[in-house]
Amino acid sequence: METLMAYAIGVLFGCAVYMMLRRSIVKLVIGLIILSNAANLLIFAVSGMTRGAPPLIPEGMQLPEGAIADPLPQALVLTAIVIAFGVLAFSVVLIHRAFEVVETDDLDQMKDTDT
Amino acid sequence: MSTEVALPVFIPLLAGVLSLMLWRSRKWQRRLAILGTGLLLASTLWLLSSTLDQGFVVLQLGGWAAPFGITLVADLLSAVMAVITGLIGFAIALYSLGTIPDRHEKFGYYPLMHLLLAGVAGSFLTGDIFNLFVWFEVMLLASFALLTLGGERAQMEGAIKYVTLNLFSSALFLSAIGLTYGLTGTLNMADLAYKLSQVEHTGMVNVVALMFMISFGIKAAAFPLFFWLPASYHTPQVAVSALFAGLLTKVGVYALYRLFTLVFVGDTGYTHTILLWSAALTMLTGVLGAAAQFEFRRILSFHIVSQIGYIMLGLALYTPLALLGGIFYLVHNIIAKTNLFLISGLTYRLLGSYDLKKLGGVYRERPGIAILFLVSALGLAGIPPLSGFFAKFLVIKAAVEVEAWVAVVVALSVSFMTLYSMIKIWAQVFWKPVPEDVDATRLRSKERDPGMVWLLTPIIGLAALVVLFGVWAEPLYQVSSDAAAQLLNPAGYIEAVLGVTP
Repeated sequence: METLMAYAIGVLFGCAVYMMLRRSIVKLVIGLIILSNAANLLIFAVSGMTRGAPPLIPEGMQLPEGAIADPLPQALVLTAIVIAFGVLAFSVVLIHRAFEVVETDDLDQMKDTDT
Repeated sequence: MSTEVALPVFIPLLAGVLSLMLWRSRKWQRRLAILGTGLLLASTLWLLSSTLDQGFVVLQLGGWAAPFGITLVADLLSAVMAVITGLIGFAIALYSLGTIPDRHEKFGYYPLMHLLLAGVAGSFLTGDIFNLFVWFEVMLLASFALLTLGGERAQMEGAIKYVTLNLFSSALFLSAIGLTYGLTGTLNMADLAYKLSQVEHTGMVNVVALMFMISFGIKAAAFPLFFWLPASYHTPQVAVSALFAGLLTKVGVYALYRLFTLVFVGDTGYTHTILLWSAALTMLTGVLGAAAQFEFRRILSFHIVSQIGYIMLGLALYTPLALLGGIFYLVHNIIAKTNLFLISGLTYRLLGSYDLKKLGGVYRERPGIAILFLVSALGLAGIPPLSGFFAKFLVIKAAVEVEAWVAVVVALSVSFMTLYSMIKIWAQVFWKPVPEDVDATRLRSKERDPGMVWLLTPIIGLAALVVLFGVWAEPLYQVSSDAAAQLLNPAGYIEAVLGVTP
């Protein structure tokens, strides 16, 4: 499972960079979205994947029985998803506004807006 | 309980929330801007005084002992940076009252300013690496909105570059955090410092170290990933430019200082050599870029890049004197650079342009303003007896001591070229007569401009500090020296946070 995830994450990072290097600003934002997802999956994969073992302590005991999944990476990913969501929502609004005032979605043609 | 370490984060957050609640009343938002940043400054001074007393001020949030909970911790470096945040925040709040147009105020300028300050202060004071990421994002999101406030054509290209590069660096930062957690199972910086030294797979540690370095390098605008900065910093309102110029890149530099003196010190021969080259090239490219520009704020933006190089040089040399110089430089640079941006806004108010060719004659009509510029500009270039002299002297002396001759030559020649750029601005904006096609009625009018006091007060205050840290450098030197000593001996930090010696 870890090997499969490693390949999947690698491919996602590759796609993200490819999309970000293209000229269209819409594709740029798609690249950023894929990039943040790839980073989130990476946190999951490197901190160890444990199946079907929720980190719960049975009643009346001090320690959980047997192996449990580490809850911290899940909390990290959840936080990171929320942050990425906010930031990407902003960038979508930004490219919309950029398209409105510059009337092009080509990054090369945007260069001359700057004095 | 050491509440003073939480206050610099809590006060701007609260002020930001209150300003949002007072959305309709711009009058109260303006009052709150002064009150909030004033309280922030006071609380950071309190923090500094107790850090000077105790060495470290630590607060375990929610009573969860480190490394399980989130720790807020201030050592001297953090405390000094927090004070500077308060100072610059207060100066910018005053300046904003006189310069921010109604339309920007209506779209939430003041709440965003408070949230930005909260993000900056949080980054300086947290002791947890994931929490650092969160504060970075708070700061970035506020800065995105401030940068694009107004939504004008000229802002778009810079904003897209700024947003893309910063999001990329955040993703890299996040990936590096994930890998660090996979290696060590902890995110508390003090705990990491110990556990990473125990990791057997040192190659992986270096990979993670470089990922952090690249990510913070982008945020600090270090070579080769600096180009987003000169593309964007000259586009927003000048108060926003000045706030960014003073604080944002310095947060990246601070993060480099923190991680590469505390956590990644296992292989300094490798990591710090890369930092050294990056620092030298940052200085050089920044100053060369500035030489080609003829726009007031663009020249200053390129100089931000070049000055970052000096500060990184202090870290890269990694000796007590170098770190001392780096910290001194950090403080000096934030004050001088912010002030130069504020002055560019002042000449814009008088002559209506940032283009050097359309400016002129300020010295003849307003010699006071010209002197204020001269103090900050010569301070930046490092002319004695102003603050920049000691900052540069310390860093270069440290480079001479370890015989890093390339760095010495670069630092000295960059210093000359900084002087060249400052003289260019002086000659064009202040010395030459007003160009004929420029409307200079505001410059020449003898009437008192009532809004002017908001612009002049912070500029005079900051210029006074530039002089003060030059002629009376002893206290700042002493604090920087103690801060450098703390950085070079991480055991004290680790013990303060974890409560035990590992």
